[in-house]
Amino acid sequence: MATLNETPLTGANSSAAASTDGGDAQASSPSRRRRTTSWRTRGEIALLAGPALIVFFAFVIFPVAMAAYYGFFAWSGFGPATNFVGIRNYVDILTDPDFHQALWHNIEIIVLSLVLQGPIAIGLALLLNRQLKFQSVLRVLIFVPYVIAEVVVGTGWRLMLATSGALNDLLTKVGLESWTRDWLSDPKIALWSLMAIITWKYVGFAVILFLAGLQGIPTEVMEAAAIDGASYWQIQRRITLPLLAPTIRIWAFLSMIGSLQLFDLVYIIWGQYVAKVAGTSTMATYMVVSGRGAGQYGYGSAVAVVIFFISLIFALVYQRFVLRRDTQGAVTGGAA
Amino acid sequence: MTAIAAKPMREARPSRKVTPRRRISPAQFAVYFVALALVSLILAPVVYIILGGFRSNADITTDPSGLPTEWHWENYVDVLKGGTFWQEALNSTIAAVGTTLFVVVLGVMAAYVLARYRFRGRGLMYGAFAAGLMFPMTVAITPLYILVRDLGLTDNLLGVIIPQVAFALPVTIIILVPFLQALPTEIEEAAFIDGCSRLGFFWRMVIPLSMPAVITVGILAFIASWNSYMLPLFLLSDTEKYTLPLGVQYFASQYSVDTAKVLAFTSLSMLPALVFFSLFERRIVGGLTGAVKG
Repeated sequence: MATLNETPLTGANSSAAASTDGGDAQASSPSRRRRTTSWRTRGEIALLAGPALIVFFAFVIFPVAMAAYYGFFAWSGFGPATNFVGIRNYVDILTDPDFHQALWHNIEIIVLSLVLQGPIAIGLALLLNRQLKFQSVLRVLIFVPYVIAEVVVGTGWRLMLATSGALNDLLTKVGLESWTRDWLSDPKIALWSLMAIITWKYVGFAVILFLAGLQGIPTEVMEAAAIDGASYWQIQRRITLPLLAPTIRIWAFLSMIGSLQLFDLVYIIWGQYVAKVAGTSTMATYMVVSGRGAGQYGYGSAVAVVIFFISLIFALVYQRFVLRRDTQGAVTGGAA
Repeated sequence: MTAIAAKPMREARPSRKVTPRRRISPAQFAVYFVALALVSLILAPVVYIILGGFRSNADITTDPSGLPTEWHWENYVDVLKGGTFWQEALNSTIAAVGTTLFVVVLGVMAAYVLARYRFRGRGLMYGAFAAGLMFPMTVAITPLYILVRDLGLTDNLLGVIIPQVAFALPVTIIILVPFLQALPTEIEEAAFIDGCSRLGFFWRMVIPLSMPAVITVGILAFIASWNSYMLPLFLLSDTEKYTLPLGVQYFASQYSVDTAKVLAFTSLSMLPALVFFSLFERRIVGGLTGAVKG
């Protein structure tokens, strides 16, 4: 069995050990001074880490594994799942035009999120990183939409964007009557309305991440450049942005994963059936409508598995080609 | 580059001055102008919701984008007088406080093991939690619902709390581990020399010293729970047990003609999260800084 040896952390690995691999490499570190009863240590580890592990495995890993299992059954959610259908659910999903449409919307949302939020957030972070009066107030305000619940955001925006809502009324008042649209129901526009709402809601998260990243850049570099006669814009372009790149790559990763899972806003604003017609359905709303909504829990589980694998492929490809030099798992929260 | 920096967090405040401060120049004027435009864009929808609650329905219908001509307090008063809002606020509070407490306690304990014990399987344990970040609730929601149902916890706030704790653990642990690792070894050695046990050290030193990081992850968990929608949507069908997000949606469909009241209800429901956030804003930004710094 495992030999548990208790070696106190030495100063040297305290910062490096923060990276993910840590563990086994250090288990064989030379300093094995303190070697108290290993059973006692084992007990402590079990006592301290046990509850978290149990909850985590029971309510995260187990359901995910069960989703994979239920996905092979035609099952209404009651009684044991007996009607084994093999990969039929998966074939149905992958050949369903509704799913293709939803997947395509997810991809559009990923691309548009990156293209819209990225530049805006970088600009705002640079702006808020300058010496400004009311700087701290601005930082709080920019984060406000992120803190507000999706339901509140959805309810508010749905009322504002309604055909006889505040936005169209405002446009009419300022003489832009020709600009009024059916923001939510016109399939040509609905996705753009969704993107506007997503940008409004989540750009603050990107800004906060970038601000955090900017603070990690040593001041001396910029001061040296300024002394050498570089202008503000040159400094931002040649020094700040390249040094901020790791943070931007991590944000892009979080944003992609969030976009692939997008559910709340769409479901709240467009409801379960209209989303399909308006052209804003996502894989997650497809899952809920065709799974739980239709009483087909086996099918819904299979959709979940498909979403998971699509996310995984995105994540692996991204890690392999983009994040390689940064780190794995430097994740601090969800964002779309 | 390691994205998880092992530094105790400080207040997020840039000390840098790229351009030295002068009297207001055109450039700075432009900066303030952009900032002002930005603030209005961000706040307009929020203000619309809050002010809309003070208008009458007739007003809203005839002039959707107007300001209140006369202030109708009765929308807010009605919502506050009715029991629904308070019941749902209470449910949300129970769920959020429960989630936060459990996440923090379980998270600190597990993170302490990962940060300060050396044992075989440590890398594996860390890897499992890190992989947990890859499993968003969307993927697990259907079997999760079935699991909670089989445990008999549907329409029970505990059924919402436990899965929320489970899904919040990965982020919590990943933020806490580097923080706990950064606590100086000397403190630990001194404590051991003084006859303190590992567990004693945990209770007496680690918990108090890790308070800043704990508060950060606690706030993140609280806000996530307060706003959580998908899980309660699946697990709670009894309106008595509704949390505020479900309540807002239910209220909005129930009183779909009474827009003003819906707006009043909506703005009241976002208030607690906003207050909570503005109280602890520094901590959140500081915590994220600690976690993302390159």
